[in-house]
Amino acid sequence: MALARTSAPVALPAQRDRSGARRRLAWPTPWLFLAPALVFFALFKFWPSIEGVYLSLFHVRPYLGDQWVGTANFSRALSDPVLRSAVGHTVLDAAGQVAGSMLVGFLLALLLEAPARHVRILRTAVFLPAVTAMVAVAELWGALLFAGPYGAVNSLLGHLGVGPLPFLDSPDSALWTVMLVQIWKNAPYDMVIFVAGLVGIDRQLYEAASIDGAGAWQRLRAVTLPALRPVTTIVLILGLIRGLRVFTEIYVLTHGGPGGSTESVVTYTYSTTVTDNDAGYAAAISTLLLVATIALTGVTLWWRQRREADA
Amino acid sequence: MVATAFSADPPKLGEVILWPRGVSGGNLGTAWHFGLGQGLFNSLVIEAVGLTLQIGVSAFAAYALARKRFRGAGIVLLAILATMMMPEEVIGIPLYLVLGRMNLLDTYPGLILPIVGWALPVYVLTGFMKRIPLELEEAARIDGAGDLRIFFHVILPLSLPALGTCAVFGFLMIWDQYLLPLLIVQSPKMSTLTLIVTQLQASQEQGEGVRLAAALVLMVPSILIYLGLQRLFERGLLSGSVKG
Repeated sequence: MALARTSAPVALPAQRDRSGARRRLAWPTPWLFLAPALVFFALFKFWPSIEGVYLSLFHVRPYLGDQWVGTANFSRALSDPVLRSAVGHTVLDAAGQVAGSMLVGFLLALLLEAPARHVRILRTAVFLPAVTAMVAVAELWGALLFAGPYGAVNSLLGHLGVGPLPFLDSPDSALWTVMLVQIWKNAPYDMVIFVAGLVGIDRQLYEAASIDGAGAWQRLRAVTLPALRPVTTIVLILGLIRGLRVFTEIYVLTHGGPGGSTESVVTYTYSTTVTDNDAGYAAAISTLLLVATIALTGVTLWWRQRREADA
Repeated sequence: MVATAFSADPPKLGEVILWPRGVSGGNLGTAWHFGLGQGLFNSLVIEAVGLTLQIGVSAFAAYALARKRFRGAGIVLLAILATMMMPEEVIGIPLYLVLGRMNLLDTYPGLILPIVGWALPVYVLTGFMKRIPLELEEAARIDGAGDLRIFFHVILPLSLPALGTCAVFGFLMIWDQYLLPLLIVQSPKMSTLTLIVTQLQASQEQGEGVRLAAALVLMVPSILIYLGLQRLFERGLLSGSVKG
């Protein structure tokens, strides 16, 4: 450091010349800085996306050469009962998980909004599931929710005289159990966002409402909820879009079972590729998922712009 | 619900694991025997190289997008943001085929390169770098500094808080990877930690303790990172979501 500082004045005139030359050649500079990122995005994001659309028109056969099938993969997708139920599970799971996380996150935010030190520590503890790797969360809950009477949760429930519940072992309850695990992991995120929203609400509004004789419930409905609405809508839509690509927790907890009752769109593309060796069909499903994601995002952006124009 | 959230927080997890007390170390040893060590090593390598590349590449791009005016800047930013809609889960299958064509299946580059390009750090760093006053840069320019010098000696040091935020998010994103290694790892020696943890589940003869010991090894680093850099993390979370 010291060396650089002492030598800087000496080097100055020469550098000024060079920077002058550089300024004249200024136009490629931004592109040189962008180049590494653009290469990575092009090779590992855009190429696979385009390749996916392209491959969806083929029957992909390793070593035998791909066979052109036109739109056959897509027409198969439209009449595939397994895919249809996978879409159903995925949408139900996305909606349930997002609604549950927001509700729990909102309640946690109301409880833990205060800036006091011990509340902050509590908030930190509650937030831990959100930063924990999904695989670890799923493993942990898979063990805790073990279906027999000796599973940790079931033995707790046993003391209350309930259960044992089958949780992940029954087609009737597996998807709901997955949702509980997702809510446990995602609610803390929503809590942090809601806490920020709550802190931003003008205290005078609450005081004014109290003076007007509003009770706690009325203050919540008339002041808190309307103030949080913009945040809420965005969290909701982004959560739904993210929910469409659910994979890890389902794959780790149930592998899509029992009896396909938790099969999601992405677990289905995975098993189509790895088990059925039909990457072309999986690419077609992935393409449809990409289109759905783009469409939902587009609607969101359009809707947000319109709202901002109104405001 | 607080109670529920707490009932499974680390202390309670400790109870589950401590249940067969004294065997605890043995469980970890058994898990180690089944490749936990190799998995941890691989995940740390992927994390170190991948995160360095991810942050570096993003910072370079952000510098151009935030501090330069040039034709096409808007389209580039739009294209980068569009990749938010192409996460591993959506493009995983074609990505797997593309990596196969590049002969990168079952290799470190195959596990690392796809996670380098991520829109979030580019977006966060661009937003942050835009707010650095132009005067600072001009002073350096008058002293004869070129773009590289300004980037390394003016912009990067001033962007440290944002870089820290991106590092925390990037760490968690890379640590969380599951579908990608699931598709491209073929030999046990390339297995990542997340794969090892779930493989222990598949081989049922190992007891629950072994599985949870492995899951614990997976949990601890991200919890430590979070507790250590919590302020950076929450700031990033809020600037990303409330503003959006």
